[in-house]
Order: sequence, then C-alpha cells, then structure tokens
Amino acid sequence: MSTIARSGEKADVKLANIIVVALLGAALIFVAGLAQSETLHDAAHDVRHAVGFPCH
Amino acid sequence: MTPPMMCVTRSDSPATDMLQRLLTSALIAGAAVGLIAALLQLVFVQPVLLHAELYEGGERTHFVAPSGPDHGAEADPDATAPADQGHAAPVPQDNGSAAGAPGIGFDAPRDGLSILFTIMVYAGYGLMLVAAMAFAENNGQKITARQGLIWGIAGFAAVQMAPAFGLAPGMPGMAAADTTTRAVWWVATVVASTIGFWLIAFGRNWVAFAAAIALVAAPHLIGAPQPSAYAGPTPPELAAQFAGRAIGVGLVSWTILGLFAAWLWSRSREA
Repeated sequence: MSTIARSGEKADVKLANIIVVALLGAALIFVAGLAQSETLHDAAHDVRHAVGFPCH
Repeated sequence: MTPPMMCVTRSDSPATDMLQRLLTSALIAGAAVGLIAALLQLVFVQPVLLHAELYEGGERTHFVAPSGPDHGAEADPDATAPADQGHAAPVPQDNGSAAGAPGIGFDAPRDGLSILFTIMVYAGYGLMLVAAMAFAENNGQKITARQGLIWGIAGFAAVQMAPAFGLAPGMPGMAAADTTTRAVWWVATVVASTIGFWLIAFGRNWVAFAAAIALVAAPHLIGAPQPSAYAGPTPPELAAQFAGRAIGVGLVSWTILGLFAAWLWSRSREA
C-alpha cells in the first residue's frame, strides 16, 4: 500500500481507487439510463427522456 | 473496519481513506445536483413531456384539422388522392393547434421515481467526474472550485451535447431507430467525445489536437441511427421545445456539478 507523495506535493490517488470510482459511476449511469429491463425502463422513463438517453 | 460515514477519524490505510474521500465528495455533489436537476426538469421539462403524451396516447391529435388556417387544406384542387387521406378517425375538438399544456403538477409516485433516478444519474456523473479530476491531478493538474465550472461544462459537452447533436433528446411517441442501436451510438459518442475533449484540454502537441478533432467529429460523420420514417404523432413545436429545455437543464446541472464536485473534492483532499 504505497501512496507516495510526489516531490513534496499532495499524494497521488491510487489508480485502482480512481478506477473503482469510475466503474461505480458507470454502473449507476447504466442502470438508471441504459439498462433495458422493463421495470427499470418504466421507473426511469421520464428521466431517460429528460436527460437525453436513448429511450423508446 | 471503520464505519462508512465516520469521516472524523482517519483510518490507517491512506488508500482506503482516499477512496472514501473520493466517494464522499462525488456522491454528495452528485446527489445535491441530482436534486436540483430533478426540480428543474419537473418545472421545465416534464410539462412538455406530459403534453406530448396526450398526442402519444391519442387524446390529442396533431395535424389533422382540415380547417386549419395555415395547412393549405383548401388549396388542393389537383390533389391526387383527396378522398382517402385518413380522415376516417373521429377528430377530437381540441386538436391541431391546441396549445394548452398540462400545468406544473406533482404526481407523487411518478415524479418521486424521477427525482430518485435523476439523483442516481447525477451521482453516476459525479463519480466519473471526480475520478477524472483525481486522474488529472495525478498528472500534474490543479483542481479548484472555479476550474470545476469548466470541468462541468466539458462534461456536459461530452455526455449530453455531443450525443444530442446526433440524437436530440426525444419525447415519448417520436419516431426513432432501434433502441439498442441508438444506445451503442450514444455510448460510443460519449466515450469518443470525452477522450477528444481530454486531449484538447491536456494535449501538448498537434498530433493530440488532430486526434481530438477526429474523435469528436467521427460519431457525427458516421451518423447517429435515425428512424426510417418520420411518423411520430407529436407536434414538432413541442419536440423542439423539449430538446431545447432538456439540453438547457443539462447545461445548468452539469455546470453546478463541476463546481460542487471540484469544491468538495479539493476540500476533502486537503483535509
């Protein structure tokens, strides 16, 4: 677990952490916006239209 | 194991701690902006959508009034098929140019779900945005709240404006190509535009800028999947208003998201 400070600056955020956060974000967007499950689609219907996701 | 919400005591592992800070800043920013976006949508976008549904469900019909003053219905002496133009269906009285939109109301279950899902979408955007900010910082960039505004606008351009250039936000009942095909184009466009804008922001030479232009332009040169025929029952006036408002609400929300995300992340990072 080495998070090394770079030349006295702030410590870098580990790439693995960044990837976890990005994947979590992508998963949320997929479920809310793109997944074509009937139930999800009906529940998120208005939002998908309003946010401009491809909907029916 | 530290309880997830106890941020006062620092855990031993700096990596876990940093993950927590990333998640906390992103989710708080995303949830707050999701709520703002949901309210803006309910006030400005939802009434247009409900109005469109009246046409989708057939309660109102568009463009069938034979006596419409501006449809030129009287001036067709040499029409080839005057008799069978589909006037068989009974025409409701408030059709055609009826412009009364449903008022701003609140349908608790329906709009409650919308608020929930808008928060979810913007939480997702927030996570992606903070992840990108942390990545940029690792590469020597500084993130301040003020710069967050630009990050937000760039996020809007990549995730909402770029796909809308090919697939404008559409209302229920509009003709459209197959949903899966459009979803593939949408995701590809967002990914290509994001990389493209990243290269414009952080690229250091003309190769990077040329690649950026190619990536941003390619989805639109290839072209978004379009319907084979324009047969939707909704009036184009409403569709235009819907698209404009959806995009406008997106710009406002994304800009605030950039501000909040950068502010919270830079604060929690310094702490």
